Amino acid sequence: MAVELKMPALSPTMEEGTLAKWLVKEGDEVKSGDILAEIETDKATMEFEAVDEGVISRILVPEGTDGVKVGTAIAVMNGENGEASSPAQESSAPTPSDQQTQASPVELPKQQQAPESGTQQLTVAPKVAADPEVPAGTEMKATTVREALRDAMAEEMRRDGRVFVMGEEVAQYQGAYKVTQGLLDEFGPKRVVDTPITEYGFAGLGAGAAMGGLRPVIEFMTWNFAMQAIDHVINSAAKTNYMSGGQMRCPIVFRGPNGAASRVAAQHSQNYGPWYASVPGLIVIAPYDSADAKGLMKAAIRSEDPVVFLENELLYGHSFDVPQVDDYVLPIGKARIMRPGKDVTIVSYSIGVGVALEAAQALEAQGIDAEVIDLRTLRPLDKQTVLRSLAKTNRMVVVEEGWPACSISSEIMAIAMEEGFDDLDAPVMRVTNADVPLPYAANLEKLALIKADDVVQAAKAVSYR
Amino acid sequence: MARSAKQKAAEAVPLTPNRERPRQPERYQASKEELLGFYKQMLLIRRFEERAGQLYGLGLIGGFCHLYIGQEAVAVGLQSAMTVGKDSVITGYRDHGHMLAYGIDPKVIMAELTGRAAGISRGKGGSMHMFSVEHGFYGGHGIVGAQVSLGTGLAFKHQYSGDGGVCLAYFGDGAANQGQVYESFNMAELWKLPVIYAIENNHYAMGTSVERSASEPDFYKRGESFQIPGIQVDGMDVLAVRGAAETALEWTRSGKGPIILELKTYRYRGHSMSDPAKYRTREEVQNYRENQDPIDRAGKDLLALGVGEDELKAIDKEIKDIVVEAAKFAEDAPEPDASELATDVLVERY
Repeated sequence: MAVELKMPALSPTMEEGTLAKWLVKEGDEVKSGDILAEIETDKATMEFEAVDEGVISRILVPEGTDGVKVGTAIAVMNGENGEASSPAQESSAPTPSDQQTQASPVELPKQQQAPESGTQQLTVAPKVAADPEVPAGTEMKATTVREALRDAMAEEMRRDGRVFVMGEEVAQYQGAYKVTQGLLDEFGPKRVVDTPITEYGFAGLGAGAAMGGLRPVIEFMTWNFAMQAIDHVINSAAKTNYMSGGQMRCPIVFRGPNGAASRVAAQHSQNYGPWYASVPGLIVIAPYDSADAKGLMKAAIRSEDPVVFLENELLYGHSFDVPQVDDYVLPIGKARIMRPGKDVTIVSYSIGVGVALEAAQALEAQGIDAEVIDLRTLRPLDKQTVLRSLAKTNRMVVVEEGWPACSISSEIMAIAMEEGFDDLDAPVMRVTNADVPLPYAANLEKLALIKADDVVQAAKAVSYR
Repeated sequence: MARSAKQKAAEAVPLTPNRERPRQPERYQASKEELLGFYKQMLLIRRFEERAGQLYGLGLIGGFCHLYIGQEAVAVGLQSAMTVGKDSVITGYRDHGHMLAYGIDPKVIMAELTGRAAGISRGKGGSMHMFSVEHGFYGGHGIVGAQVSLGTGLAFKHQYSGDGGVCLAYFGDGAANQGQVYESFNMAELWKLPVIYAIENNHYAMGTSVERSASEPDFYKRGESFQIPGIQVDGMDVLAVRGAAETALEWTRSGKGPIILELKTYRYRGHSMSDPAKYRTREEVQNYRENQDPIDRAGKDLLALGVGEDELKAIDKEIKDIVVEAAKFAEDAPEPDASELATDVLVERY
C-alpha cells in the first residue's frame, strides 16, 4: 500500500518550510531511521526521518522548493511486500490519532487533519496605512520581524562598541529563534556571548555591566524564563537611576519573545506587558510590524534607560515593509495610527494589532469605519494619541492578547474614564484572552485567545449596532 | 581488604596534578603611616556608625539601618588595596563602612541617612542605596545577593573594555546561600572574569547562625565545584585582610579569573537597628569586643611601632570632630524639594 509522506511540522509555529535537499531518490529502499530529506524551517535546518520501511516510489516536491505548506504531500512510499506502512514522521511532530482513518478503500489513506492551533486566529496581517513618519516615496523592502530585529542589533553594534548581545544560544546556535543569526560571524564571541542556562545570573551580570558603562542586549529565550530574573529587571535595572539620585544609570535592553506561542501551554504562553509596564523606571516596548521592530529596537539600544522589549514569536516569520533609510530610529513612547477611521477606536499592541486590523476590515464591510491604534510603547504610554482618537470617534475597544485583570486594557479604560469621560458615547469594552492559564488542547486554546470576531462584536456593541 | 583494593585502583589511574592555587597570603607589612591611615579609617567607621545609631534612636534616620561596627577591618583592609578610578566595588545594604573606607565624604553619607537633599543619592536612596560612580562604588543594594551578579557584570565590563580593573564584590554569609551567587560563580570562572568575591562571614544571617543555615560552613570552599579558589582570612585583623587582598589582586589581575575571600568577622550590633539580637549571648559579643576588636588590635600594633598614646588620643578627637560635623550637616540640611519626587525616574524624556 502506498503512503504519502507529508511536509512535517518541525516547530510549534512552523506553517511552511523549504525542502532544502532530498537524500533519497525514487526507487530507493529506506528503513526506519533513514534520513529522507533536509527541511529548512523558520528556525533551523532539520532532518526528516523515515519511521517505516518501504520504497520511495515518487518524489512530489523537488528539492529547493520554498514555501511548502505543512501537510503537503512531498513523496509517496510503497510499503515493502505490500505491507501497510504509515507515513514518515519527524519524531517531534504531533501524531494524529486514527479517529477518521477508517479502513479506507482508497489507495492513499486519508489522514485526520492536524488540529489547528488557536494562534492561527492571531496571525492575520492585513495591509496597514503607511506610517506618516516615513516620507512618501521612501523605498520599502519586505523584511521579516526576525530580520528586522537582527538588522537593528547589527547596525547598533557597528555603531557602538559598547553594545553586546548575551543570552542562551545567541551565538553558536544562531539564536533559539534565529533572531541573532549571523551576529557571531560578524562580531565575534566577545560581543555575542553564549551563556549557561542561568537567567537570574546573566540578567544581573548584564545589569552590572550596564551600570559599569556598557550597553548590553540581554536575550531571554522567552520572557517566560525571565521570571527567574525579574528581580534584576525591576530591583536592579529599573530603580537604579532614581535611588542613586540620577548618578548611576542602567542602559540595558532585555529582549525576547513574549505572549502566546502555538500549543506550548500555560508555562510558555504569557504576556508580560502589563507586569513590566506597571514599573516606573522601565521603558516597555511591544512592536507589531517589522519597521517598528527595527526602529524601536535601535531606539531601545540607544536609550539611557533600561528597556524591556517584548517581541512575539508568532510574528517573527511575518514580512512587513521596512523603509530603506540609513538610520531608521523611531521615537519611544509614540503610538501609531495603523488605520484611520471615524466611527470607533480600536486600541491594541503587539500581535493584537493584527487581530484589530482584521476586525476593522470586517467592520468596514458592515459600514463601520474603525480607527486602529498600535500603542507600540506600553511605558510611557502615549495617552494623547488614544485620547485624540477617542475625541474623534467617541467609542473605544481595547484588544489585548493577554489576561484581562490589571492589564494594559484596564489601564486604557481607566485613562478613557479619567481623562476622556466627556468624549465617551458608550462604555469602553475590552477583548482579551480568557482569564485562565493557557490550555494545551487546540480547541481550548482557540477559546482562550482573542479573535477578530470578538472585536467585531465589541465594536458593534459600543456603536449600539 | 576493601580498603587496599580501593588504594590499588587509585594507583592505577595516572595522578592528576592539583590545579594552580593562589599563594597563601601573608600579614601585610604596613609602614607606620599606612597603619595610621587604616586606624583612622576604622575609627571613623566606628564613630560614624555609633552616631548613626544615636540618630536612628532620635528618629532622624528612618527605615532600615545596618551598622558595620565590628567589621571595620574588612572594608578598610580590602579597599586600601584597590585603585580608585580603575577598580570597582559593590556591596549589599550594610554599606556605610565600605563608602567611608573609599574616602567618600562622611557628610553626604550621613545626609543620605537622614534623607536630605544633600545626601549622596539626593535623599532618595537611604541607608541601603548609596552609590558613587565617581569612586567606582556601585552600591549599596538592598536585595540579598543581587550585588554578586551585578558585581560579576562589573567584572565583565572590566574584561570587555580591557581597562585592567578588578571588581570587589562583597556579600555576607547569608547571601552566600542565594542561588544567583552560584550562577555568577559559574560564569565568572567560565569566562575568567576579574572579580574578588569577598564573603563577610559575621556568623549570623540576620538571626540565623551559620550552623543553622549553611551545610558547608567554610565559605571559602564554596567555589570549589566551580574551580574558584578560596582563602579564609582573619577579618578582625586589618593587616591580615590587606595581605589577603594583595594575594587576591595578584590572582585576578593576572587573568586567572575569580577568587573567593572568606573574611571571618563579627558584628557587634544587631542585624539592623530593630534587631534585639536575642539569638546570641551577651558573653559571645563581649568576647569579640574585648579580645578581638580590630581597632584595639591596630592600636596595639601602632604602639609597638612607636606611636604614642597621646597621638592616638589626638586621632580620636580628630575623628570625633569629623563625625560631629557630619551629623550636624545631616541634621541641618534641608529635605529634598517636593519637585524631586518625579525626577530621575528615567534619564531621558520620551
